[in-house]
Amino acid sequence: MSDAETRDMRPWALLSPALTAITLLLAIPTCFVVVYSFWLRTAAGDEQVGFYLDNWIEVLTDPFYRDVLLYTLKIGVITTICCALMGYPAAYFIAFSKMRNKAFLLLLLMLPFWISYIIRTMSWINILGVSGAVNYVLQSLGIVSEPLQMLYNEATVILGLIHFLLPFMVLNIYVSLEGIDPNLTAAARSLGSTPFQAFREVTLPLSLPGLAAGSLLCFVLGSGTYITPLVLGGPGDGMFANLIYDAIITQLNWPLGSALSIVLLIVLGAVVLLYNRYLSLGQISKGLG
Amino acid sequence: MAVRAPTGWTFIKIATVLTYVFMFAPVAVVMLLAFNASQFGSFPMTGLSFRWFVELAQNDAIIRAFKTSLLLGALTAVISTTIGVCASLAMVRYDFPGKNLLNTALIAPILVPEVVLAVSLLLFLQFLSMPKNFVLLLLGHVIFTLPFVVLVVQARLVGIRKEYEEAALSLGANPLQTFFQVTLPLLMPAVAAGMLFAFTISFDDITGTLFWKPPGVETVPTQIFAMLRNSISPEINALGTVMILITVALPLTGAGLARWLASRRGG
Repeated sequence: MSDAETRDMRPWALLSPALTAITLLLAIPTCFVVVYSFWLRTAAGDEQVGFYLDNWIEVLTDPFYRDVLLYTLKIGVITTICCALMGYPAAYFIAFSKMRNKAFLLLLLMLPFWISYIIRTMSWINILGVSGAVNYVLQSLGIVSEPLQMLYNEATVILGLIHFLLPFMVLNIYVSLEGIDPNLTAAARSLGSTPFQAFREVTLPLSLPGLAAGSLLCFVLGSGTYITPLVLGGPGDGMFANLIYDAIITQLNWPLGSALSIVLLIVLGAVVLLYNRYLSLGQISKGLG
Repeated sequence: MAVRAPTGWTFIKIATVLTYVFMFAPVAVVMLLAFNASQFGSFPMTGLSFRWFVELAQNDAIIRAFKTSLLLGALTAVISTTIGVCASLAMVRYDFPGKNLLNTALIAPILVPEVVLAVSLLLFLQFLSMPKNFVLLLLGHVIFTLPFVVLVVQARLVGIRKEYEEAALSLGANPLQTFFQVTLPLLMPAVAAGMLFAFTISFDDITGTLFWKPPGVETVPTQIFAMLRNSISPEINALGTVMILITVALPLTGAGLARWLASRRGG
């Protein structure tokens, strides 16, 4: 097609539905959240339109919000590290196994990814609850006489998040391991390196983009959730998104909820931008495609 | 042969098996407990029974939630895929200024935390003085699933050679005919995958749905969430089992169907 010279309107016609949707449903609404955050919630229960800094002063100075934010980031980091430690060996095995059914192995690990998030989250109650599988086994074997209280704490929130996010990590690491030329490791071995050295010097560095992409997804998705802490956490395990949920849905304090939303957007957005600065976001699309 | 010390590979094998166990244990327990004869969704099991599936089929609230979820998922899949295919065609087949920026804009909804997306859409509707309704829920699901469709379709479209379309055009087909008779059939696996993706994500979504759903309307995940407030019952496990079977069977059937279609076309 040699019509590149004339201004071709066809791509814009094709793009217009998507761009309209993004503009009306994402861009403009996000701007509204910024505007809303400067409004005030009155005692009567409606919003006072104007430019008030009260919400922002509250959010930025009250140590409560800072602590919840730090707690959220901590949970996100721990979850990401656990996913990387658990996901790497599995992805490595699938990528380099001599088994014929590698595609099947990968599919099997991706199956839980398709299974409902709320079901997977609540299923841990069946396992760790007072009359759950673990307590049943421990009591039947006579190891404990009283059921252990294992649920509704920080550890179960992290556990639920790992279960939710692990497939994202495995898939991204797998995609980048698959792209490594096997001759490279063979070359390192023939030059006298041990298998572990070959892994450390060749395979691991080449798989870092996948590891980074998986980590970004795990961290951002994990830090932005409020369902897992609601189902598996105790009263003190609310994450930042739970504050937003409470402000908007429970207290109907929309201006405060807006300010909190922007804080979360900026913090997680900064992580994404930082990632995009050094590594490309395209890596993630590779994992999804 | 001498007995060798455990190598790195042995460690990797063990770690992999444990990972699979970790991923599947909760799923297995849900499916097991769904058949528990007792009142409680917990161990010890008192016997095998289908009673909770029968009760499930008679639970009006759950049936309603299923219908809502199916309708929502199907509409989301159709709308999202249509918009996504058009946008992907523009992105892959044309060159225009600002392309990279627009491509980022298209996947932006995945980059924004879903809870923030949920809040912003809800506030915008509030500003327009519109009450929460099914359309908001649908629009929310469309914007949230669009990036997944775009990524899947673009990946496939890159692999379809432009020459096929150019040949059709040079033989006198108009662009619309070319799209429906050449490009779309070649793109079908990605279109099907995109629709399945969108349907499954919509069917499973709870984060945004809890913000967007009108009062009284429940989807299957929000219904389960509401039921969890009391305690975990065998009925929830039975519902979970049905959900697991649907969400696992659907992509597998889709993949199988796509493969069958592809083989019928002669690869």
